[in-house]
Amino acid sequence: MQVKIYNTGIYTVAGLSGELDECAAAELRRKLDEALVLPDVKKNIVFDMGGVSFMDSTGIGVLLGRYKLLKQRGKNMFISNVNAQMDRILRTTGIYTIMQKVSV
Amino acid sequence: MTKINKFEMRLSALSENESFARSCVAAFCLPLDPSIDEINDVKTAVSEAVTNCIVHAYNGAPDKYIDMSVTAEEGGRLTVTISDSGCGIEDVEQALQPFYTTKSDEERSGMGFTIMKTFMDELLVTSQKGRGTQVSMTKYFRGARNVDSRTDSSTD
Repeated sequence: MQVKIYNTGIYTVAGLSGELDECAAAELRRKLDEALVLPDVKKNIVFDMGGVSFMDSTGIGVLLGRYKLLKQRGKNMFISNVNAQMDRILRTTGIYTIMQKVSV
Repeated sequence: MTKINKFEMRLSALSENESFARSCVAAFCLPLDPSIDEINDVKTAVSEAVTNCIVHAYNGAPDKYIDMSVTAEEGGRLTVTISDSGCGIEDVEQALQPFYTTKSDEERSGMGFTIMKTFMDELLVTSQKGRGTQVSMTKYFRGARNVDSRTDSSTD
């Protein structure tokens, strides 16, 4: 999976692209955990899923894991640009109760 | 007579095969004329079942196999059966509970079976400790189940 990190307004955006399943999870985790500790990362972090064509519950595990890590560091995590397939998973698993949708 | 189309395949229990497995099933069920959302439901459920084989049944061992059997019935009923010969599940009922996971230290959501159950119309899990697990899932496309129940009173 590709990860692009940039700042815009009050947000740091982590733009993801590819298919988020078991095959992609370990590498994505490593890339995000390296990038999101850098000093210019803002308090509000948005995971932009616009380039993600598929996600399963392994992806939910990755998102929840990042949410916990970021929360420990006092950061807020948001999510944006989810497609219909992902939206159904995020609703089924109740992720929106801890990670709000925003537009960036 | 209802036309039945089947395919079976055996693939190595490697995570790089997940995308292949769900795409195969998606392509195979196209003649049943599913909606985009229904195809996505099937792809997601297949991905969950295959992930379970790799991560849980075989615990990442690369020299194991996953067997898939897919049946498409005219009228819009799709059945996907995914089997492994891995460690098996001690308590299937517990494994089916939302958020239940044996691997919480690995950031597992414990939602795999919940997604299979929610996204498919029927889910049957049979398992034998030390022998393996079989997951059988059925999806009725575009309300095919309702048509069935009107024309065939023997189905439950």
